Amino acid sequence: MTTSTPSVARNGPDQGGGAAAGDAATTTAPAHRQSGRPAPRRRATDRRHRLRLLNALSIVGGIGIWWILALAGFQFPTPPEVVATGAELWRDGTLQQDVLASLGRVLTGFLLGSAVAVPVGFLMGWYTVARGLFEPWIQFFRTIPPLALLPLVLVLLGIGELPKVFVIFLAAFLACVISTYQGVVGVDRTLINAARVLGAKDGRIFVRVVIPASTPFILVGMRVGLGSAWATLVAAELLAAQAGLGYRMQQAQLYYDLATIFVGIIAIGILGLVMDRLLLLAETRLTGWQERR
Amino acid sequence: MTTIDTPRDTAKISVRDVRKTFPLRNEEFVALERVSLDIADNEFVTVVGPSGCGKSTLMNILAGLDEPTAGHAQVDGRDVAGPGPERGVIFQQYALFPWLTVRKNIEFGLKVAGLGKAERRARTDHFIRLVGLDQFADALPKMLSGGMKQRCAIARAYAVDPSILLMDEPFGALDALTRVTLQEQLLDTWSREKRTVLFITHDVDEAVFLSNRVVVMAARPGRIYDVVDVDLPYPRTEEVRLSPEFAALRNRVWTSVYHQTPGTAADASPTPSA
Ligand SMILES: Nc1ncnc2c1ncn2[C@@H]1O[C@H](COP(=O)(O)OP(=O)(O)OP(=O)(O)O)[C@@H](O)[C@H]1O
Ligand SMILES: [Mg+2]
Repeated sequence: MTTSTPSVARNGPDQGGGAAAGDAATTTAPAHRQSGRPAPRRRATDRRHRLRLLNALSIVGGIGIWWILALAGFQFPTPPEVVATGAELWRDGTLQQDVLASLGRVLTGFLLGSAVAVPVGFLMGWYTVARGLFEPWIQFFRTIPPLALLPLVLVLLGIGELPKVFVIFLAAFLACVISTYQGVVGVDRTLINAARVLGAKDGRIFVRVVIPASTPFILVGMRVGLGSAWATLVAAELLAAQAGLGYRMQQAQLYYDLATIFVGIIAIGILGLVMDRLLLLAETRLTGWQERR
Repeated sequence: MTTIDTPRDTAKISVRDVRKTFPLRNEEFVALERVSLDIADNEFVTVVGPSGCGKSTLMNILAGLDEPTAGHAQVDGRDVAGPGPERGVIFQQYALFPWLTVRKNIEFGLKVAGLGKAERRARTDHFIRLVGLDQFADALPKMLSGGMKQRCAIARAYAVDPSILLMDEPFGALDALTRVTLQEQLLDTWSREKRTVLFITHDVDEAVFLSNRVVVMAARPGRIYDVVDVDLPYPRTEEVRLSPEFAALRNRVWTSVYHQTPGTAADASPTPSA
């Protein structure tokens, strides 16, 4: 059993569709680059160009349909109106402030969640005691959407930053800890044996074998965790916040300001996509040694 | 790891009545039954036998990766307790670290041993050249063919300079040419540096060509079926390989492997059924 791309990558969270497409693009490229003959390579680039062209067409078409619907009397703002609102929010600094507030929360929660999840996942994979102690709680909380805990957390932790960051922390932690644990448990015994017969002791085996072998799983867990954290954040801001993209949309809803809501939605989508892509980049760089079958 | 030289010829590796069972549903599966074997210092012993007869299991026990259910496995007169760098192991599945380059894979054991950077580098280069992977020193395992992976695994085991080599079908995945080259290199290093080698193979020719002694195993339960002494001179040249003596030994081993009569054992009366 060799390490392979963990299955979670395929059926990931919200950005799953986009991520899977990204995976496909990154896997086909090197495979074709290796073959020396030019013909299949050209066909591959041709296909990629066609794909990009279709992507662009689809986006333009979608915006077109939106525009037509807006003009046809739906209550949508038109694309130019949304752009204007976005520019205005940018000029008076609200957009930056909201983005920073949201990003600050999500990154704090996500980084803390992953930072705790990785060692806990390792402990669970390495020591039966840790597994026995942690597993019931993780399995239980995994079935609860982190947001469902928000009322409780708000009562316990007040209405400051802490409850939101905590809920995001939980979302990121739960996604990442399971994946890390599975990675550690799945490390090929033969590799551990190979290290042992070369004289390595537990500490070195842990650092030099178990950690690298489970990196693909950890990174997938982090990506799932980030998606989950981002989704949780925006919802949390809708419920209780004084700044942030979710808060801004909530306010706009009160004033029936659809253009601002659109700006919020687009900003959330773009930021989520950028963060996911950054992690995907880290993933391809750190786990390029995997044999893909 | 020094042994006091007693006048008596003490065995480097000693396997005494080893039994190994694996749980199999509700019963137990007997992988090894009353296996006894002594290997002298600097001896080259090959093990052949049908698939599933417990060759790898025996090697794992000697490597210290697995424990016998009953009996004793000793190295240098001491019970094997865990692996040690004095016993180099080459696994049937290459077991290269896929995230390390060829060079870093080979360096792994040298780092564990605490060698300085310059010496590490020199030794690694030497063994990379020995197995002919110069062009691929900085390639990741995923870019290597099966035979190249196996050569890298061989270099990694050789590099730490173990006094005992436990090799599980190390040349199994190689083409005939590379195989012969590595066989000759192995014999060459073995005769110069004198190591104790336990070498598992499927190939009867290889088993006879390399060794002082061929151990033939049988399956269900895994046991030693026959032991054939190979009284051919070293160095084993092509001449030896083509000699009638070689052919005779080869036939003897072949018959032992492929025409086994059930229920017999080399060292003892028929094994009591489990
Ligand atoms: N961990 C294990 N659990 C259960 N059964 C095992 C285990 N390891 C080995 N066996 C069984 O023990 C028997 C001997 O296995 P082993 O790998 O030693 O055979 P082998 O002689 O090396 O075979 P091959 O030539 O195919 O490599 C096999 O029938 C195998 O199914
Ligand atoms: Mg085997």
